Amino acid sequence: MAHIHDVLIVGAGGAGLTAALFAAKNGANVGVISKLYPTRSHTGAAQGGISAALGNVEEDRWEWHMYDTVKGGDYLTDQDAAEVFAKETIEGVIELEHMGLPFDRLPSGKIAQRRFGGHTRNFGEAPVRRAAYAADRTGHVILHTLHQQAIKHGITFYNEFYVLDLLFDEDGRAFGVLAYELATGEVHAFKAGAIVIASGGYGRVFKITATAHTVTGDMQALIYNKGLPLEDPEFFQFHPTGLFPLGILITEGARGEGGILRNANGERFMERYAPTIKDLAPRDVVARSMFIEIMEGRGCGPNKDHICLDLTHLEPEVIEKRLPDIAEFARTYAGVDPVKEPIPVLYTAHYSMGGIPTTLWTEVVRDEKNTVVPGLYAAGESACVSMHGANRLGTNSLAELIVFGRRAGIASAKFAQTYKPHPLPPEVVEPGRERVEKILNGSGDESVARIRKALQESMMENASVYRNEERLSKQVKIIRELQERYEHISIQDKGRIYNTELVEALELGSLLTVAEALVHAALNRTESRGAHAREDYPERDDDNWLKHTLAYREAPGKVRFAYKPVVLGRFEPKPRTY
Amino acid sequence: MRVTLKLFRYNPEADRAPHWESYQLEAEPTDRVLDLLHNVKWDTDGTLTFRRSCGHGICGSCAMMINGVNRLACKTLVQNLGTDTITVEPIRGLPVEKDLLVDMDPFLRAFKAVKPYLINDEPPPERERLQSPEERAIFDEGTKCILCAACTTSCPVFWVNGTYIGPSAIVNAHRFIFDSRDKGNGERFKALSGGGGVWRCRTAYNCTEACPRDIPVTELIEEVKRAIMVNLV
Repeated sequence: MAHIHDVLIVGAGGAGLTAALFAAKNGANVGVISKLYPTRSHTGAAQGGISAALGNVEEDRWEWHMYDTVKGGDYLTDQDAAEVFAKETIEGVIELEHMGLPFDRLPSGKIAQRRFGGHTRNFGEAPVRRAAYAADRTGHVILHTLHQQAIKHGITFYNEFYVLDLLFDEDGRAFGVLAYELATGEVHAFKAGAIVIASGGYGRVFKITATAHTVTGDMQALIYNKGLPLEDPEFFQFHPTGLFPLGILITEGARGEGGILRNANGERFMERYAPTIKDLAPRDVVARSMFIEIMEGRGCGPNKDHICLDLTHLEPEVIEKRLPDIAEFARTYAGVDPVKEPIPVLYTAHYSMGGIPTTLWTEVVRDEKNTVVPGLYAAGESACVSMHGANRLGTNSLAELIVFGRRAGIASAKFAQTYKPHPLPPEVVEPGRERVEKILNGSGDESVARIRKALQESMMENASVYRNEERLSKQVKIIRELQERYEHISIQDKGRIYNTELVEALELGSLLTVAEALVHAALNRTESRGAHAREDYPERDDDNWLKHTLAYREAPGKVRFAYKPVVLGRFEPKPRTY
Repeated sequence: MRVTLKLFRYNPEADRAPHWESYQLEAEPTDRVLDLLHNVKWDTDGTLTFRRSCGHGICGSCAMMINGVNRLACKTLVQNLGTDTITVEPIRGLPVEKDLLVDMDPFLRAFKAVKPYLINDEPPPERERLQSPEERAIFDEGTKCILCAACTTSCPVFWVNGTYIGPSAIVNAHRFIFDSRDKGNGERFKALSGGGGVWRCRTAYNCTEACPRDIPVTELIEEVKRAIMVNLV
């Protein structure tokens, strides 16, 4: 028996829940599938804020926000997407407030706003207060507010279901999903008039990451295995301030509130790298500056292997009231009281700018001509509408979830109006079921945990903040070897009830697949732009590389590239200095 | 350091009853209990089953009873426990599905029963509704809740009563009752003042001690009781 919905959403984080609410408001019968309970989604870990030119504290304009987003993305940002984004996030944040979101407030009663990296007034003059926030748990309150609204509107949830396959008809229209129910081990078929992918990123390809264990790129891998492209997978953001050595996120809002990065000499080194906005430079710039400080011997600690985030000059009340969670993280996990001593930090894998390519209305596209895959939509980190280009600005991701989650809900509900359920022959369930059986019946001597560890460690070494041909070529080989080893895994849990070992095995398959796209595309792009920094090609090369990568999987280890032009407009590419 | 990890094990497909198993592990004092569980699952016994996601105390997946106290496995460091024997069992009062993983549905049904969403049918203004920092501060604590169930499953009344909605649901009701924008108290008080509602609370303070977010749960429950009395529902 199949579950039938007008709109089926995969993923229950910020983008998925927003899409669900807006599809429901537009008359659709909505179902949401998630491998977690919705409030466990990684949106909840976002801390510092959601960007919108509300101008509540000082003058701000959507044009400035658009400019910062384009420049922040090192001009790989599609400017039509950045324009839609910068305009619509204003309404989106107001709508969140109307849903009951508990923003911090100004004395005037309006939503409070703080500074964040790369967000400036008047086209780069000085930092501007654009990030609307709720202490340092903005993602948490967004996720919970959307979850509350989903309860209010009676959205149907399929929690703890892992998606195994997407179904397409002979005309190429997406019409269904197969998903494995963790509680029972049963494979369920779902039919829908439109399917929205909103399943998040894949930070777990790296060893040191701020992302949850479950952030494993499952839907990107599924799409890529189906012969559809991934856009710009080489662009992966490292957040400068992960709590050392675990990598837990310490919000950029700490610097927005006045925190300063210092090297072993106590020097505020960002003054040298970004003289105008210093510690509030975009993340790629700050992460690279930290890397250089450490390489040149100015790292902090006995091993000179990290940097210090100094909040000790802030009023203790600012730390306790506006940054309580990160203060607690520092105390719990590093034994450091940020009121009294600096927090040890190092860059941590954070966000994939690339993903499933879409139009401005979140329709998934299959090629450089933007040919739409009917019935399939994607939004949030799993998608690449390309509003982040080569590097995302802080607070733009939460805003993206709202802007493009909303567009996905509206567009998918409209498309689904023409829907007549497809017949579902029993054999369509087979490929999904086979994926499960293959792992359950595997009898090789390879372990999921060992392969995953080898992947995460090698990705960190060969494909993280700085890259070059030698290390990337090496990583291409390593991934291929790990993929071959993956064919020989076996797991101990052969049961049907809550087989989380099976899910980890499936997730590892996803990680190996998306890592392949990332590394091949990074090797292919012979320039440095945004988060993609090549030691052997240190300059941005607009003549040859002002274009998006589309990576197609021809066979395991064999990747074909096509290129999509960047949508330019208001802002001509210029050298990127801060 | 060498630690003994004593785990509650139950596989419904193989075991007739739950049992305990012990594992000897090397651990750093700064390891999280979650790290130890992962070590067992990844190196020794892949069938060990528990929920987890973010690993730093914000997603609410991994509430467990650790050395007799409800805590998040990802937020409890070996060095915080002051012993080299660590006992981990499922949170109590919810049906055990497998090992450390419980059925959360009864907990979530109680949450939904208090209408945990903003109720206000007036058309919203063009911009945000105004709310002073003081009005916002009144319900701040409840907004920290991560729905981990550590509080509810530490409550003796919840264990024995079977109908009590429990501390977490009341905390989430508090978050809206005291929000100046909300108009839904009439509806919400019905669920809160009935037989399974706030009057079941015996102020044992277990919930407050269990909360990994340091929410003063018992205080919030008392504030909800007072709010209901004042409105005389």
